[in-house]
Amino acid sequence: MNTLRGTIALTALALRRDRFKLAAYIFGPAALTAGMLALWRGERHELIVDEVHSFATTPAMRLFGVASGASVGGVFMIRGYLLLAVLAALMSTFMIIRHTRQNEELGRAELVGAAVVGRHAGLAAATIVAIASNLTLAATLALIGIANGLPTTGSLMAGLAVGAFGIVFAALAAVTAQLSSTTRGASGLAAAVLGVAFAISGLGNMLGHADAGGQRLVSAWPVWLSPLSWGQQMRPFGGNNPWPIGLFATAAVLLLATAGFLATRRDVGRGILADRRGHAEAAPSLLSPLGLLMRLQRAALLGWAAGLLGFGLIFGAVIKQVPTGATAEWYTRMGGSDEIMDAYRASMLAMAGMTAALYAVQVMLRLRAEEADGRLEPILATAISRQRWLLSHILNAGLGALLLLLVFATSMGLTAGLVLDDVAGELRTLLAGALVQLPGTMVMIGLVIAADALLPRLASVVSWTAVTAFILLGPLFGAATFRLPQWAQDVSPFTHIPKVPAAEFAVIPMASLVALASALAVAGLVAFRRRNLTLPV
Amino acid sequence: MTPAVLLSGVVKEFGATRALDQLDLTVRGGEVHGFLGPNGAGKTTTIRILLGLLRRDGGEAAVLGADPWRDTVMLHRRLSYVPGEVSLWPNLTGGEVIDLLGTLRGGLDRARRSALLERFQLDPSKKCRAYSKGNRQKVALVAALASDVELYLLDEPSSGLDPLMELVFQEVIRELRTEGRTVLLSSHILAEVEALCDRVTIIRAGRAVETGTFDALRHLTRTTVVVETSDPIHGLSELPGVHDLSSNETRAQFSVDAADLNRILEHLIEFDVRSLTSSPPTLEELFMRHYEGETATSDRPAALASAR
Repeated sequence: MNTLRGTIALTALALRRDRFKLAAYIFGPAALTAGMLALWRGERHELIVDEVHSFATTPAMRLFGVASGASVGGVFMIRGYLLLAVLAALMSTFMIIRHTRQNEELGRAELVGAAVVGRHAGLAAATIVAIASNLTLAATLALIGIANGLPTTGSLMAGLAVGAFGIVFAALAAVTAQLSSTTRGASGLAAAVLGVAFAISGLGNMLGHADAGGQRLVSAWPVWLSPLSWGQQMRPFGGNNPWPIGLFATAAVLLLATAGFLATRRDVGRGILADRRGHAEAAPSLLSPLGLLMRLQRAALLGWAAGLLGFGLIFGAVIKQVPTGATAEWYTRMGGSDEIMDAYRASMLAMAGMTAALYAVQVMLRLRAEEADGRLEPILATAISRQRWLLSHILNAGLGALLLLLVFATSMGLTAGLVLDDVAGELRTLLAGALVQLPGTMVMIGLVIAADALLPRLASVVSWTAVTAFILLGPLFGAATFRLPQWAQDVSPFTHIPKVPAAEFAVIPMASLVALASALAVAGLVAFRRRNLTLPV
Repeated sequence: MTPAVLLSGVVKEFGATRALDQLDLTVRGGEVHGFLGPNGAGKTTTIRILLGLLRRDGGEAAVLGADPWRDTVMLHRRLSYVPGEVSLWPNLTGGEVIDLLGTLRGGLDRARRSALLERFQLDPSKKCRAYSKGNRQKVALVAALASDVELYLLDEPSSGLDPLMELVFQEVIRELRTEGRTVLLSSHILAEVEALCDRVTIIRAGRAVETGTFDALRHLTRTTVVVETSDPIHGLSELPGVHDLSSNETRAQFSVDAADLNRILEHLIEFDVRSLTSSPPTLEELFMRHYEGETATSDRPAALASAR
């Protein structure tokens, strides 16, 4: 096995490089699991029955979880599985790509490859680390389940369902790392597959039906096409069906074999997919800071817009089935009204508003990346002032967020309008409600600017922490799911956005949010004008 | 005529380290000025202060008569810049980057752009991620040189260029001088500076230790003399001003301080001189003189090695 020479040394290197990341990757999902179990463990059985019933019977909710009977473990699978599986998939993807394609892109692989190291050693080392971390994650999650008094078999199944999905994505990333010649391209391909898997699973579950007891979802056949469903169909805590593990194993082996084969078909540093050539001259639309930012962000914006378009169509289509019962109560808490349809519209709009804010944070943090990676230096050496550079970022993020909100409102309005026979009315209501969400995004934009100007090195951490905290404290989780005290909810700007159309539009909270956003942005503009750039040495 | 660049007593500190320590630098309008020093001496920091990217902590700075920190945007229409470490947007093409930076500066000369692409043999339709280091450098060079400006700030512009491209680069810089433009050329490649520059400033640990034309600088230093005589030479080593003497009977090689040259020639005549060659100090010798004695004690050896 000459092509595997050096695998052990490279595995040790990968473990050494990733020791803190790995700990965080295991600890994060573990803490999430422990937290959710603590929340649901003491819940009354009737409430659990209600919760499971609404997930089994509401098509829109089946998108997010598969009901397999009323138990604490069952609710945990419904509420937690998708999130944990996606986290495991992303962790595995990034891990594999960091130790394969990124090494090649940055030239480290060349250095290593010149030593006595086989062609497949880097890939094998990355795979070993990824499989080991996913098995550790699976074991940790199972132990947490058992420690919280859940059935042992179910806990093991749940852990495996998460870990095995992670392993399949590690194997998938091993393939995409061969296909694309860049880190971005390889991660993007894997993320696209994850999106497709989610869509297929969602479709299969929405097309399914509840069994006679109304506590268990019988999914339709498309779920077997998506690995994301295989873990759900293992039915931990609700039947414990082990044989999808065989599907996971087969998929992983096939993908890894493909990756190994592709690795022998290409040169180091190249991908199987050829690099495309571009334009020898710039289009006029590129020739301004805003044009540059829009161009750099184009692919990401399209991805987010496609996602919101899909969700909008689905959420609109199911508006008639918005049920009574536990879910209705959830919408009412989140939407802040007893008018269930308006509460539903308001909660969907709030969700889209927070998604737009997440997008804005991601886009605004390019400000940081451009500066730290040295690409800002040549820009600011031209006749572009620092203020103009910042304002272009604000405009780019703001326009993108606005577009996302409009796409969501339009698509949801269309399908909801068709179902309710009032397209114009739905469009009007939802588009107006979407615009009301903008101040939340504006506060986040202001916050990133202030963080970047005042604490450049911490900007990324501060911004992501803030937006995550605001979402968790806001109407979606803080009010509806966790039922936090009002003062805690009030910390989040999203709490103060009027819950149109469930509630009256209110000028004062909107104006206050806009004022806060402006104050943050101005503070950032002034500080950025005055500080040294943090340039690479 | 106001100088194109005038720094006096400029100080820049990064935390506890003093990157620039009372730096003086004058670049006259229309000259190609060499800015010499090993890595870490403060060349890049100086240029970033001239661009208003970094704020000076003390001293005076004027670029084309204006304050680089206050009048940044106005100034940047009149100058262009090649950074020392070129990083580009991986998914834009070289041609797009050239057009983008040129336009943001206030316009670029299309004819110059295509002529430079031709001379540097750069394919502008490739994505930046696919360029080698030398080609990324060419993108930055074309982007800067295609602009019609008064002052060019070039930070180690030829790093990564092959010898043929280095010659093209030198040609282009000479043309700029003929057109009366001003160039500040930071470099640690002595041959390049010697070939291109009218005047030179040597920087060491954030201070200018030497500045002037080569001729003027050479006067301050020693000339190397090789002499052959009919009679055996003696008494040379006792004379003041003679250094590094090696001799065997009728042949001697030594270096001599410019001020003592006359007296030594008088002394040599006694031995019936048959041949005599004297060579002025090379830039390298000038440079080494300022960095001598540091190699043993500080972290300079790597810098010196790369300066050779």
